[in-house]
Formats: sequence, C-alpha cells, structure tokens
Amino acid sequence: MTDFFIGHMAYYFIIALLIIGLWGMLFKKNLVKKLIGMNILQASIIIFYVASASKYKATVPVIDSRLGAINPADYINPLPHTLMLTAIVVSVATTGVALALLIVIYKRFKTLNEDELLERMK
Amino acid sequence: MIFEHFPILIPLPLLLGAMIAAPLGVWKRDLAYPIALFATGVSLFFAVSGLIFVLNTGTHHYHLGSWAPPIGIEYVVDALSGFVAVIVVGIGFLVMIYSHRSLQRELPNKEVPFHSVSLLFLAGLSGMVVTGDLFNLYVFLEIASLSAYALVSVGEKRAPVAAFRYLLLGTIGASFYLLGLGYLYLVTGSLNMLDTARIIPLLQEHGLVLVALTLMIVGIGLKMAMFPLHLWLPDAYTYAPSAGSAYLAPIATKVSAYVLIRILFTVFEPAFVRDEFSFTTVIAWLSAVGIIWGSVMAIAQKDLKRMLAYSSVSQIGYIGLGIGLANPLGFIGAVLHIMNHAVMKATLFLVSGNIFYRLGFTEISKFDDKLRKKMPVTSVAFVIAALSMIGIPPTAGFFSKWYLVLGSIDAGNWIFVFVIALSSLLNVVYFFRIIEKMYISKTKNLSESPVEEITIKEAPVSMLVPTLILAIAVIVLGLLNAVIVDSVIKSAMPRGL
Repeated sequence: MTDFFIGHMAYYFIIALLIIGLWGMLFKKNLVKKLIGMNILQASIIIFYVASASKYKATVPVIDSRLGAINPADYINPLPHTLMLTAIVVSVATTGVALALLIVIYKRFKTLNEDELLERMK
Repeated sequence: MIFEHFPILIPLPLLLGAMIAAPLGVWKRDLAYPIALFATGVSLFFAVSGLIFVLNTGTHHYHLGSWAPPIGIEYVVDALSGFVAVIVVGIGFLVMIYSHRSLQRELPNKEVPFHSVSLLFLAGLSGMVVTGDLFNLYVFLEIASLSAYALVSVGEKRAPVAAFRYLLLGTIGASFYLLGLGYLYLVTGSLNMLDTARIIPLLQEHGLVLVALTLMIVGIGLKMAMFPLHLWLPDAYTYAPSAGSAYLAPIATKVSAYVLIRILFTVFEPAFVRDEFSFTTVIAWLSAVGIIWGSVMAIAQKDLKRMLAYSSVSQIGYIGLGIGLANPLGFIGAVLHIMNHAVMKATLFLVSGNIFYRLGFTEISKFDDKLRKKMPVTSVAFVIAALSMIGIPPTAGFFSKWYLVLGSIDAGNWIFVFVIALSSLLNVVYFFRIIEKMYISKTKNLSESPVEEITIKEAPVSMLVPTLILAIAVIVLGLLNAVIVDSVIKSAMPRGL
C-alpha cells in the first residue's frame, strides 16, 4: 500500500495541479488569474506525459555499448517528450492569444475583474 | 499522379495560403483576397476529386514521408472524411467569396489578417478531418481553435470578452482531450487511430480505457458545444463579425462532431461504447435535453444572430442524438445533418450578415416588410433556410430529421421522436416570428428616419451570390438526399454498427 502510494507520487501531484488549475479558471474573479489557472492546467498535463514515460535508472534513447544487449527497460521512451514539445508550443501560443485579448479587454473596459466587467458590458 | 497525394493536398494549400497571404497583403493589400480565394479553391478541388476517387476505389491511406504507421503519421481519406472535407472546404470557399465586402464594411483595414486567419482556421479544420493520427488531430484542433478565438475577438465591443471565455473553455476541452489521449497512449502504446482500434479489444483491463474515453468525450463535447458544455457558444457567435460567425457556426462544431464519430465508432467499437458501457445513451439523452433547451432559449432572444446561435445548440443536439442512437439510421441522420446544418446555418448567418451590411443592426423587433421589399433575394434565402431548419419537405432539413425519427423508432425510444417533433414546433415559433415581420408586419420602424430609407437596398453581388447558392443548395441537397445517402453515407458506415 505504502509502496503503491510512493510509486505513484508524481500522479497525485499531477492531479493536485490539475484541480488547482481548474479551480483557478472557474472560481477566480480576475481574468489574469484565470489565465494562470489555465497555464497550471496545461502544465499538469505536460508533466503527466513526461512522468508517464520516465523510468527508474533508465537512460536517454541513444544506444550505449556499455549497457550491453539492447533492453527496452534501460531506455526512456522519447515519444511522450517529443509530443510535449508540440504541446508546449501550443500552450505558449494560447497564452499569447489570451494575453493579447486581455490587453484589448483592459483598453476597452479599464478593468480585468469579471464582476466589474459584466457590469460595464451592459 | 498528383491525385495520389490528395489527402495532404487538402490542408496544405490553406496553410501555405495563410503564410503567403499575410506578408504579401502587408506589401499590397489587394493581393490578400485573391490569394486566399485561390488557396481555398485549390483545396476545394482536391477535396472534391479526393471524395470521387475514394468513392470509386475505396479508402485511401497516405503515409507522410513514406513512414508506415504506427511509427509514421498517416492521413486517411475514406467516404466519411472525404464527405466532411468537401463540406468544410466548400462552405469555407463560399464564405471566403462573401467575406470580402462584408469585411470592408465591418472591419476596414483589417482584411489582410482576417483572411490569413480564416485560411488557418480552414486548414486546421480540414486537417482534423483527414488525419488518421490522434495526436496530429490535437495539433490541428488547436490550430483551428486558436484561429477561431481570433475570428471572434475582432467583432463588436464585447467580442474580446466572449473570445476570452471561449478560449478558456476551448483550452479546457483541448486539455481534457490531450489527457484522455495520454491515458489511451499509456495502455495501447500507439497514437494511430486504426492501430489503436486494433489493440483496444485485446486489452484485458478496461479501467484506463474508460477514463481515456470519458475524458476525450468531455473534451470533444466542449469543442462541439454538446448540451451542458455549450456555454461559450452564444456569446462567441453573437459578438463575432458577420463573416467570422459565418465561418464558425456552420463548420467548426460540425468537425468536432465528426471527431466524436471517429473516436466512438472507429477508435472504439460500437459494441464497446453502446452495449458494454452505455456512453452513447448518455450522449443521446444529453443531446435530447439540448435540443429542447436550445429551441426554448432561441425563442427568448431579441437579436437575430443570438437567436441563430441558440438554435445552433439545438441543431448540434440533433447530430449528438444521431450519434447517441448508435444504429445505422441514426448514423445516417447524424452525418446527413452535419451537411444539412452546415449549409442552412451558413445561409442564415450570411443572410444576417447581409441585413447587418445594409441596416447596421440585427434586432428582430426592428424588422418590417420594408426589409423584404428592399432585399427580396435575401428574404427568400432566409425563408428557404428557415423552412429547412423547421424541417418542411423538400428542403434538406426534413430528411435528416426523418432519418433521426426512423432511428429513434428503430431504437424503440418514442421519447426521442416526441423531442424531435416538439423542437420542430418550437423552431416554427421562432422562425415564423421573423418571417411574419418580413412579409406581413407594416410597422414603420425602418422608415422612421429618411436617411435609413435611402441606404436600404439589396446587398452587393459578391455577398448575394454565395447566399443564393447556399439557399439553392438547401433545396437541391434535399432533393438529392437519397443519392447522397446511398452513394456516400452508406459506404461510410462504421463496421459493427
């Protein structure tokens, strides 16, 4: 039981991050904080992929003659990391678009607080 | 033969066009529009020829860089994806023709970035349709979504707020899809759709697969505005510029519906999602609630565009219902409704754009019969599309509802039959309210000030022609529905359904 818990430590951390991110997006009133929540959510998923590929005492996926015969357990699967490079780029682009939108919103309504914003949009 | 490469040639001209149109447009502004039109035309040509090719010779697999799957990425065009690709690029082409004058009026000096972004948007959507790789799908999904946020945000004063809300919910959707994909990858070790479909039945333990499927359905459901997840849609469609909502409303959510069909019926088997774990039943019931909810909310709206947005929620419900029935007739109804709703919603949003072009507002209470006298063609297009939305034969909308009703009876669920009938009656209420104002009502709202009297006339030709083509298409597709069902949709039927 304890071993199971310790072995899945990273995943509990990821679930906590995911919930913090969702909570920030849904319940924070400030739009910038919502955006930060979104970034935490995306980061948690990126960490999930990276954690799922990691192995104890494994090495980079380059064949090393010192390890002897080729054993898949000795190498980390590179594909999830590669996928996450793309996901990070997507995340950066989304953040950029969101920040641009926030600038426009602030210029038009002079506030980033959701309640005040709804008040001023009427 | 260059036609062998058509799967990659559907999204590629659009991507290249987006890259070329922006810098050349900055240099000479008039160049952006012809480039955008040309790129969409080339893509449409390859989509149509690809569909014909596939119908004659069967599913076409295209291995990018000659790397065979599951290691390489493959693009697959079968009857279903070819069909949806033609709809996406075809509607995109017509709206592209339309958007030129509309943008000159609504967003002067911003045409170049708008055309560029709309090309990216179409590239993302058509890429989602042709790809056979689940992660590639996510990348295209984000390309389409990011450009959709941009298309919304340039609208009226409140548009950036609507776009920001759309961005937050859209990102949650995409993240959930990505997380679900991560779970699926953990158990199957493959990202290729067909390869994954081969591995899933071999798995002994279903826990992780179920988590993956649930997360993916919730993520795609957010993108397609399936009933309780539709909250971003009304604001986004209402505040976007006319051309922007004409791009978004007909095709963006439909492609997500297509992705849902792919995941439920190609990656997972119908037996798995329908019989073993009743995912489709949940989707069907939620959609049924959404159909009624969207119609009721549409009746309550005072603005034409906002009304059309809520009616989209209801129409997406029909597609969801067809998917959720998970029987052959329901599948035909869903795929046919993807096409029908794309065509008729495009017509309606183009009509609302035409009205906005000449009047500068779309509030229903201000319409009267002046509108019909000054804009006869637009009004006729509106009536045809409205009749189709209600479901009056021989317009296209009737036939997809007919298949859905048959599918519901086949599934032995009479409540869904009742829901479809009731929502058609509700559709009558909100569309005839406008038709009545256009054709009978003689209030003097429009002619109160003499200035407005002069400005009302029919919309410019380049906006009128696409509207008219789409309105005629509504009737033609209705009359040809048997041909489409027999030659295309029946050959797209997933196995095991």
